[in-house]
Amino acid sequence: MSKKLLAGYAVVAAALLAAPHLLDSYWLDVLNSVGLYALLALSLNLILGDAGLFNMGHAAFYAVGAYTGAIVSTRFELPILYAVPLAAVTAAIFAAVVARPVIHLRGDYLLIVTIGMGEIVRIALVNDVFGLTGGANGIFGIPRPVLFGHKIRKPEEFLYLIWGFVAATVFLFHRLEQSRFGRALNYLREDPVAAEGSGVNTARYKLMAFVLGAAWAGMAGSIYAAKMTIISPESFSFWESVVLFLIVILGGSGSIPGVLLGAALVVGLPEIFRGFATARMLVFGLVMMVMMVVRRQGLLPLRRMRFKPSDLKRAEAARAAQAPAEVAR
Amino acid sequence: MEQFFQQLTNGLAVGGIYALIALGYTMVYGVLKLINFAHGDLFTYGGYLGLTLLTSFLLQDRMGVMAGIGILTVMVMGLVGVMGVVLERAAYRPLREAPRLSAVVSALGASIFLQNALMLIYGAQFQTYPEGLLPQTAVSLGGIQIPLIRILVVLASIVMMAALYLFVQKTKIGTAVRAAAIDQGAARLMGIDVNKVVSLVFLIGPALGGSAGLLVGLYYGRVDFTMGWVYGMKAFTAAILGGIGNIPGAMVGGLLLGVIEALGAAYLSIAWKDAFAFCVLILILIVRPTGLLGERVAEKV
Repeated sequence: MSKKLLAGYAVVAAALLAAPHLLDSYWLDVLNSVGLYALLALSLNLILGDAGLFNMGHAAFYAVGAYTGAIVSTRFELPILYAVPLAAVTAAIFAAVVARPVIHLRGDYLLIVTIGMGEIVRIALVNDVFGLTGGANGIFGIPRPVLFGHKIRKPEEFLYLIWGFVAATVFLFHRLEQSRFGRALNYLREDPVAAEGSGVNTARYKLMAFVLGAAWAGMAGSIYAAKMTIISPESFSFWESVVLFLIVILGGSGSIPGVLLGAALVVGLPEIFRGFATARMLVFGLVMMVMMVVRRQGLLPLRRMRFKPSDLKRAEAARAAQAPAEVAR
Repeated sequence: MEQFFQQLTNGLAVGGIYALIALGYTMVYGVLKLINFAHGDLFTYGGYLGLTLLTSFLLQDRMGVMAGIGILTVMVMGLVGVMGVVLERAAYRPLREAPRLSAVVSALGASIFLQNALMLIYGAQFQTYPEGLLPQTAVSLGGIQIPLIRILVVLASIVMMAALYLFVQKTKIGTAVRAAAIDQGAARLMGIDVNKVVSLVFLIGPALGGSAGLLVGLYYGRVDFTMGWVYGMKAFTAAILGGIGNIPGAMVGGLLLGVIEALGAAYLSIAWKDAFAFCVLILILIVRPTGLLGERVAEKV
């Protein structure tokens, strides 16, 4: 992590710590939404940005997590924060089952299949599958989370909870980027054939990216359920998946700071322009088109290691210097 | 048995509409390898434009129902076709050489833009077509009653599909379209102006989609600014079912999907009606990614 990036994170963290003293509860709520979307978009970024898999049904994993959290906390009276890991595991298992047969599909076919998966999940929730999801009305009366015996209900308390999760995720995913797993995913995105050729089991890594991304989305879903205390199938429509997809693409696919900026812009900006509520979606669509033509790598693109021609020359010079020694041997 | 045939004819009518939309997807995919997400919204524009032209020019009163609807169809197809050409110029042509994802995002942006523009112009409420536009008669066929409109929809879609098929197979321009679909570079070397072919594809596909929007308006009597998404996804499923890039495949796929959906809604569950198309879609892509009449699409890696 570069010093510049570290300084950027420090500024954001300081601003967030100061926020409860500066903003009213409405804007704190907006910040909480930004945090939740950042968490979700970071989870999608593992799949879309790092592994390059077009997943436009991410809301399905989010929904599975949210409903898991809601069901165990309302029916089995398990505290919602205990439900968080459970939601992550459920979403991961769900992802492993549904992604396994389709993971080999070519980019835009995967896109269509994941859209289909998202819609099937939504229709299943509306139809009250297993008699647990409450149909079109959803589930209400989800208990507030309790942390160290303290009930979390005020927006500023949620701010610390949600952004605490975001901070931990950012730290963890930066580490992940540097790991063997993260590097394998990057090879996969840049050139699947070359990755396979250099010994990366592409099918396995694709599936792992899907499962990990889904687990994170499920976790975010259960936090969402705890914050809202009401969930319904409408919260997990195709539109949600599109918004997450856009956050990743507009912010900068594969770049963690880019995704955070994307979440702030896509979720936060429309709140500022609330007065133009009817026209803002129109502008949104237009921005997407213009953005792709003008700056398709996103606002804060991933910095990739690249060889410059001068590097190549230096390498050749070094080899030339070594060559006589090799001949002598 | 009677219910079966009623549902079958209903499924064929809806399937004909799916097939007309699917042709636009399949032609664009065949030539550009792009899923035109905005195609469903152009279909919606067909439904709304039809309504506006019908009510503002009072076509049905001036020249009788059938002639009025005929002229209306031509006008709607022309306007939506031009919209398609403009869309390609603005949103897709600058991205022709860009990575696939950029064009997909641009297409989604175009879809959101078109849908919300429609909502701002007409309002969020659904719009209704004038009642009693077509005679409410039904044709009796071997004991079952088939409404005239249902026959009209099936006939209109079959006529348009047949015309397109003949155009692509028998004319010189159609040959150019097929050549560009197989290999753009080689087609260019043979002296084919690929940009013109793409424009033509974006004229014909949306024109047919627009006519499908008009047919939906006449068939159900109402149009809704969000209907493009559901119909678009189902038509895309139809295109994959038949084998994407393949024109007869889109026709067969559309009709088949309409029938599957109508029978599924009647015999399995109406609440899950919209999920059938997606289940079919996933199953085909897993089991037979090439569709019924299509080329291979799954990647080996």
